Formats: sequence, C-alpha cells, structure tokens
Amino acid sequence: MALSAFFSRLKEGLQRSKQKLADGIGAAFIRRRLDDAALAELEDLLISADLGPEAAARIIAGFRRTRFGKEVSAEEVRAALAEEIAVILAPVAKPLTIDRAHAPHVILVVGVNGTGKTTTIGKLAQQYREAGLRPVLVAGDTFRAAAVEQLQIWGQRTGCEVIAGKDGADAAGLAFDALGQARAAKADVLLIDTAGRMHNKNALMQELTKIVRVLQKQDATAPHSVLLVLDATTGQNALAQVRVFREMVVVSGLIVTKLDGSARGGVVVALAETFGLPVHAVGVGEQAADLRPFVPAEFARGLIEG
Amino acid sequence: MFETLSTRLSGVFDRLRQRGSLSEADVTEALREVRIALLEADVALPVVRDLIERVRTRAIGQDVLRSVTPGQQVVKVVHDALVEALGGEGAVGLNLQAPPPLPILLVGLQGSGKTTTAAKLALRLKEKERRKVLLASLDVQRPAAQLQLAQLAERAGVTSLPIVSGQAPLAIAARALETGRREGYDIVILDTAGRLSVDAWLMAEVAEVSAAAKPAETLLVVDAMTGQDAVNTARAFRETVAVSGIVLSRMDGDARGGAALSMRAVTGAPIKLVGTGEKLDALEDFHPERVAGRILGMGDIVGLVERAAETIDRADAERLAARMARGKFDLEDYAAQLRQITRMGSLTGILGMLPGVSKVKAQLAEANVDTAILKRQAAIINSMTKAERRHPDIIKASRKRRIAAGSGATVPEVNRLLKQFDDITTMMKRAQKLGEKGLMRHGLSALMPPGAGRRGF
Repeated sequence: MALSAFFSRLKEGLQRSKQKLADGIGAAFIRRRLDDAALAELEDLLISADLGPEAAARIIAGFRRTRFGKEVSAEEVRAALAEEIAVILAPVAKPLTIDRAHAPHVILVVGVNGTGKTTTIGKLAQQYREAGLRPVLVAGDTFRAAAVEQLQIWGQRTGCEVIAGKDGADAAGLAFDALGQARAAKADVLLIDTAGRMHNKNALMQELTKIVRVLQKQDATAPHSVLLVLDATTGQNALAQVRVFREMVVVSGLIVTKLDGSARGGVVVALAETFGLPVHAVGVGEQAADLRPFVPAEFARGLIEG
Repeated sequence: MFETLSTRLSGVFDRLRQRGSLSEADVTEALREVRIALLEADVALPVVRDLIERVRTRAIGQDVLRSVTPGQQVVKVVHDALVEALGGEGAVGLNLQAPPPLPILLVGLQGSGKTTTAAKLALRLKEKERRKVLLASLDVQRPAAQLQLAQLAERAGVTSLPIVSGQAPLAIAARALETGRREGYDIVILDTAGRLSVDAWLMAEVAEVSAAAKPAETLLVVDAMTGQDAVNTARAFRETVAVSGIVLSRMDGDARGGAALSMRAVTGAPIKLVGTGEKLDALEDFHPERVAGRILGMGDIVGLVERAAETIDRADAERLAARMARGKFDLEDYAAQLRQITRMGSLTGILGMLPGVSKVKAQLAEANVDTAILKRQAAIINSMTKAERRHPDIIKASRKRRIAAGSGATVPEVNRLLKQFDDITTMMKRAQKLGEKGLMRHGLSALMPPGAGRRGF
C-alpha cells in the first residue's frame, strides 16, 4: 500500500475514534482557566484513554505544577499534554533492528491469546522481504486450531518459507529443528510464532522458557529478540501481562496491535513508565503494510487529539 | 487489592472516627478510593461515575461509623451495587424459545474469542441441551478462520458447514440456515469475522447478516481484559445489531473484568456466559456476585471452591475421614489420598483465578511440592498386594525387594514410604488420644513424631 493511502487510512481511523475525546477537551477548555475542575476533567480524559488512574494522576500533577491557574485555549492544552506524554514515550520508541550476523536473527513472538501474534509475524515477514532479507517463519502455535494454516497463508502471501510440525506437536522441538534448518539455509531472520497463553497459567509459561532453552542449544545467543504482542484494547491488565512475561523470558520489546480501532492504547504510557520496554511498532490494520513504526509524538497526539 | 481497598478505606475511616460524625465530604473521600479501585479494574469511567453516585446515596444513609469496620461496610455497599449493576444474583440462560433452526449470531472485535466461543457453545448446547447444532463461520477476513472453526467443530463432535471458498458472509449465512432447515438442525451458530467498531464497512456487513438471519440470540463476545474502550465497542455493536447477550471470554486470566460492568451498562444486555479456559468445555454460566467480588479484588472465591470440589472426589474424602476417625488408615487409603493430591496438582493454576495471590503462588513454587515423588509413592503402593496394603506389618525383606522391582523403585525408597506411613498413623493415633482439647493446648507440634519436621518425602 502506498504511504499516502496508509496515512489517510490511519487518519480516518484516528479521526473517528478521537473525535469524542477531542470534543471533550475542546468543550472543557475553550477560554478557560486551568483550575481544579478543569484538571479533573483532563485527568478523566486520560483515564478514558486507558492510561490508568495512577499514570493519569501523575501526568496531571505535572501539568498542575507548570500550568495551574493560567488561561489556556483548547489547542494549547492539547499540544502541551501531547508533548508531556511524548516525553514519557520518547525513550521507548526504538525500532527493531535485525542483525544479519546472527544468521538467522531469531525472533520469538509471544503474548496472550488473540492479540495478533500471527498477523504481526505476517506483516514483519513482508517488511523483511521488502528490505531484501530472507525470513523463515515457524508455525509454533501447535495448539490453536488452524493456527498453522493461518501462518502458511501468510507465508504464501509474503513468499516466505513456513516450517510447521504436526498439530499438537511440541513447539520447543519444532523451534529447535527450525533453527537448524534456517541456519543451514542461511536465512536472515527466523520468526517463531507461539500459541497464545494467559500469563497466569504457569505450565504454559514454563513451555515458553523451554522453547528458549532449546533454541540456546543451537545458538547460545538466541532468541535475539522476544516480542510481546499487546492488544491496544487491553486495559490495566497489560501491566500484569508484561510483568509476568518478562519474568519468564527476556522480553526485548513490544508491538501494540489494533490501534486502528477506537481503543487508544493509553496503557502503553503506564508501561513505558513502569518497565521502559522498547515499543518497536504499532499495528493499524489487517494488511501486511499495516505495521508502522512507533512514533511517540504521533501516538501521544492520537491519545488526545482528533 | 481487596485488602488494599479495605486498608485504604479503614485509613479514611480511622480519621473520621476521631471526629465522630460522618459528613458527605467524608464519604466522598472514601469513594475516591473506591473510584480508583474500579478504574484499576478497567470499569469504564462513565460507568464508574454512575456507580459511585449510587453508592454515595446508600453509604450516607447507612450508619457506617458505628459499625466495627466501616471500611468493610462500604466495601459491602459497593459490592452490592456492583452485583446489581451486573444484573442481580443468579445466571441468565440463553433464549432457546424459537422454532428450529434457531440462529445464534456471534459478534465482536478481532481476537476476542468468538470462534472458540462458537465451538464451546455448540458443545454445551449439544451436551447439556441435547440439541443438534450446526456451526458456520462467516469469517472471510482472517486467513484460515473458517478452517479453525471446522477443526474445532470436529473436536466438539459437532457438524460444521462445508467451506465454499469465495462465498460472501451473507451467502454463507443463508446457506447455513438453509442447510439447518433441510437437515433438521435445532440450532445454527453463525461465527462472524472480528471487526473494529470504527470499521463502517464491516459493521454494515454484520448488520446485513443480522437482518437476513434474524438471530434469536446475538451474542457480543468480549475479552475480559478489555479496558476503557469497552464502552465504545458496546455502543457501536448495540447500534448495529440487536445484542441480546454478552459472553465474557478469558475470565481464566487474572484481569479483574471491569469490562463486564461497562458492557452490561452500555448494552443493557445480560452477561450470559463466561469463557474460563482453552478447553472446549470451559464455558460457564455468569454469576454477577462472583464477578463483583473479582472486580473489587476479592477474587472469585466461589469459583475456586467449586473447582476444588470438582477435583476432589467427595465420597472418597468422606470415606477417608471416617476411616481416620476410627483409627483405621491403611496404605490403600494413603494411595487414595496421594491420587487426590496429584489431581489437585494444578493448585497453582487454580490459585491463578484469584487476583493478587501471586505472592502465595511464589511461595508454593518455593515450597516445591514435588508431585513426581507422590506419583512414585503411588506406584510403590500399586505394586503391593491387597493384604500388604491392609497390613503393612507383613512387608519384610523379600516382599520389599519384590515391591521395589515391581514399581521400578529401590528398597530404600520402599522403606522410606513405609516409615512415612508409620509416622502418619502414629500421628493419627496421637490426635485421637489428645482429642480436640489436647490439640488446642499443645498445638499441632504435639502430633509430630520426633524429627518429622526435618524429613521430607
């Protein structure tokens, strides 16, 4: 998809969903003194964007210190608040860089059920292909019905090889074999899909550590990236997800999906403050081109602007 | 979190008590804590506001200060308000009062769990309601989505509509209902593609399907982890299709499930079912009182007790207790007990149902209850004859060797098991001798045989 088409699409999506919030801010701040009531309303708006009561309170407290009692327009408030949030997000905006020297750079993709792991892998595969790399995909979700077929279709779409085992096969064993094959074939990137797992299911989480362990038997430095895929519709539970997944595997970064919906994904701000994990990319649609770099200023504006 | 909310509240009320009177401002302070608790549980802001107002009127009317724990009392007022907002006590069933084939439409966002829910629902209707169910996937968006439903249908032992590639959702729905009529199905479950509430085109499509299929139930499937966006989603779907019920998926996670409240408030539709696991039978009735406790961070205690009850064979347990009381406890009983412990092995999983028990879980992991050893011990007992199990005294050297060989264990291992069993019976005899009073006086340590504390399994 052409970039302009993408932007118009993104803008369209953002416009619809952010309109209400923007209206709220507009109504609250036209020619108005930034007093307690105004700040409380502003805090509510942040909470509605899923920042969570704590992060919202903190940001507003910072705002109070610098701007309390001033006459401000809606536009100024928006810009200033977006700036404040962008500052929090700036340190975590780091694209995922592939090191070809690893041959292959092993990427393990993890997350709870239904966040969009498989779709994200399809999109990443497309991007790597376009960048002239040779990615190989591993259908490591051997649990969910038709998950393998889903990834295989992405393989066909992107022209990438997909390594799959039988349904119900051991994901760790499959990952081990796949790494061997990918090394022999001199692939640049190995994208390993995993079954969605609730982070509070200990046995399933242990499985993840097993995948990492067996990968390291082939390459002690693998996996070179562990991506946690996070659904933007998720609320404060995202904090628990990140915490537990991090305890189990060395999560190297986040990908936030479904940002083209009405959910604003404000929990990312709380995540940035709490964990400081890099946010590599955001998903804004179901097509291969709908995986974009994470741009703090843009994301922050998306949270509070129309 | 429940503790946190209670502690927070008791802090507020401690200060109040010194002043001796409860003003509206005091209640407001307490409710600020309640508000934060609800927001942290992902209840949507407008819904929180509503609730807080309702609680405020009730809390002020109540004689909060005279109660021993005013904090707890406010929690109860909040809890009751939550139960009410979630639909009152008791579960609401599906509406199955329509001529067959009765269509059920499943809608929701991407990844909310519609397809899994469709298969679970089919299994439930087949098993519990004895209905003949046809599953059909209208999802032509996500790769292999139709195949996923077909595979799940096979696992559930339910028929799925044959896949015709290239067919549009509306046509698939028509074909499903036609097949349902022709082949005498009671219920046709239509699974749809996940769609964002802002996607006008896909929303129009599902409206068309709904208008054509005239479903008896339109179930909105919502992820229990959903945040504030729950209101937007609920509103958009309510405006598009006639949502008649909500299915809350992934309640086996540790999300507090505030989205349930938001969904219920916005759609006005009852929450009918909850998904509680990846297995196809993990679909349960929705009980507002349990989820209210969970939102407040009290955990789903009732659910936990139910699960434990499922795992433990009650008759077995009662028989065992009776035998123990009579001082008759042999290796046969011990083996039965071992079986139960291993079955409860997923204790940490069950604990996962309770938010905020991560600390307990960590402790359990540290305690390192090794179920492998329990299995080994069960194997040793299985290699004994009936007579040996009832009268372990007769087990001497040659019997020990045979038992060890039969169970793949070593003689010292058999010895250890026998010694341990001996300790247990000694402990039981002491307990009987001491009686209840003695136990109170000497504590549990009176039961321990000398040195028992040091020896593991």
